[in-house]
Amino acid sequence: MLNKFSGSEEYVASADLMSSVNVAITLEKPLLIKGEPGTGKTMLAKAISESLGKELITWNIKSTTKAQEGLYVYDVVQRLYDSQFGNQGVDDIAHYITMGKLGEAFESDEQVVLLIDEIDKADLEFPNDLLYELDQMEFYIPEIKKTVKAKNRPIVIITSNAEKELPDAFLRRCIFHYINFPSEEEMRSILNVHFENLEESLLNQALKSFYWIRSLDALEKKPSTSELIDWIRALNSGGISSADIISRIPFAGALLKKDKDIENLGKSLR
Amino acid sequence: MFVQFFFLLRKRGLNISLNEWMTLLEALQLGLHNSSLSDFYYLCRSILVHDEADFDKYDQAFLEFFKDIPFGEEIPDEVMSWLNKPLDDIPSLMDDLLAMGFPEEDIENLLNELKERIKEQDEEHNGGGYWVGTRGTSPFGNSGWHPNGIRIGGESRHRTAMSVAGERKFRDFRKDSVIDSRQFQLAFKTLRQLSNQVITSEKEFDIDGTIRATCDNGGNLKIKYKHPRKNAVKLILLMDSGGSMDYYSLLCSTLFQAAVKSNHFKELHTFFFHNCIYDKLWKDPKLMKDSEIDTNWLLDNFDGEYRVLIVGDAAMNRAELLGRNYNWLTGEYTSISGYSWLEIFKRHFPHLVWINPEPTPEYVSFWTETQVIISELISMYQLTADGLELAMKELMVRKA
Repeated sequence: MLNKFSGSEEYVASADLMSSVNVAITLEKPLLIKGEPGTGKTMLAKAISESLGKELITWNIKSTTKAQEGLYVYDVVQRLYDSQFGNQGVDDIAHYITMGKLGEAFESDEQVVLLIDEIDKADLEFPNDLLYELDQMEFYIPEIKKTVKAKNRPIVIITSNAEKELPDAFLRRCIFHYINFPSEEEMRSILNVHFENLEESLLNQALKSFYWIRSLDALEKKPSTSELIDWIRALNSGGISSADIISRIPFAGALLKKDKDIENLGKSLR
Repeated sequence: MFVQFFFLLRKRGLNISLNEWMTLLEALQLGLHNSSLSDFYYLCRSILVHDEADFDKYDQAFLEFFKDIPFGEEIPDEVMSWLNKPLDDIPSLMDDLLAMGFPEEDIENLLNELKERIKEQDEEHNGGGYWVGTRGTSPFGNSGWHPNGIRIGGESRHRTAMSVAGERKFRDFRKDSVIDSRQFQLAFKTLRQLSNQVITSEKEFDIDGTIRATCDNGGNLKIKYKHPRKNAVKLILLMDSGGSMDYYSLLCSTLFQAAVKSNHFKELHTFFFHNCIYDKLWKDPKLMKDSEIDTNWLLDNFDGEYRVLIVGDAAMNRAELLGRNYNWLTGEYTSISGYSWLEIFKRHFPHLVWINPEPTPEYVSFWTETQVIISELISMYQLTADGLELAMKELMVRKA
């Protein structure tokens, strides 16, 4: 039964997360998702777009991203270049204006899901610079005296790793949800979506070891869901007996990415 | 009754504005809480609380407010009626909000806006209606599977809001208890004032300037450069070393590491002192003779533009603060008292705060007397993530 829907539509969400998604969509407000790395923040937007049959537009934020880039880019250099050679179309500024991700979402004929990924990577001012655009779902392009208004208000999902604090004015306009690291029970259902016919004893031992490793204080980077999935895949194909898992933690490199962490794990095992 | 919940949340330290409260009313009017207390718990949290550090405060307030509601999902009619129809009695809602001290104009504007929105929403949802109410066909809100849908996790739907709030899972996120280098670094990031006036050797290509210059130049390319935006904040860190501070050495070194790691300051200078600032300061925490500098040298070389952060427990003998101090290293008395030095610093550096690893005492005792005296002169904050953040905010704005 469960395996019927395997493939790309794989997302397990808690009831409260679903409630937040619903609230955000109904109230037409951006949904701000925070949580540990590996709790599926980015995947959520993908899952929403797939389940609603709406296109997903992703805007990946980097430390150098400016709010303006999300709206539109005016390629002045190209225009200047063209003007030197008397190319055609230089008079028409619209020719040199390219929509950013936000502009793209506004101009789409159908409602889309817009993911603004890792908003906290950008400058402190970044979220505030987008306040008006996200509130009114429109912006003005002075170069061509044109207002771009959303044909359909996009469903906006924003993720943050809490590297920087977001400004209050911005937070007040968002629906906020913090994704907790999944409990053992929840993790079991997540794994069930990813693996067919996983041996029960292997799953039990793997989960037990996984949560034990996460509980170690000495670790710099705790393993997350995606690492667990890789690890179980390795265990499964490696034909490791389930008794060995807890005593030896084979393929620890799949779970822990730092040499120091693997060393510390070795110490804890002894 | 409803407004009292709002009031309680604010009293418990959640910074909720009228705007968010109106959003919640809108959501309730739309029935997003599905007439259940546990859904109300999540709904309320997702709209009113914007930081997982505040989840615990919310849980506590929620427990306190709904403590009389029996365990289980049976909600008394009285509660249900205001949950379901929060906007039926607008006049009394207005009175309550007025009583809480919100300006009448704001309330009226927001309420009108809200009514408008709800009218729109009603029309929309009667037409399409795929979000709310029709749980059977919605991909969301449905336990179990939906074709191409999102699955509700293994959690039992029968858990009540009270038991979720009662677990207080978010206790660990409270900001007033957790301290690590990362949070300190975050606090230091507040100390930022970007400016392109900072003189640096590196320059970047100025597109706008180049275009303007090129146009002025009759269309022949003329390249312009400009200074990049850089942080203009200059920081001096003065740390107490040794003595009663040994106990806090880990905490202080975490703070020090965070300051050094957040290498976005234009300048960062660190000096050390013992107990209080006297005639001499040291560049090295061991306070050896070879790293000694005159305090006056510091004042001569660093002007009031520098932000100054003093870290120390401010715990010393009264005489060590108020009297001229005997210097064991030089065998001389200092020229003026530590307190006089602090007064000079206060005048010299308008941006000056004191960070104390110990909480500010509630009453004056023999051991805390100097702490109180200093905190009356210089703003003092506790060395927690919260305290440091407040201190950084004060450092950014010149205090009147």
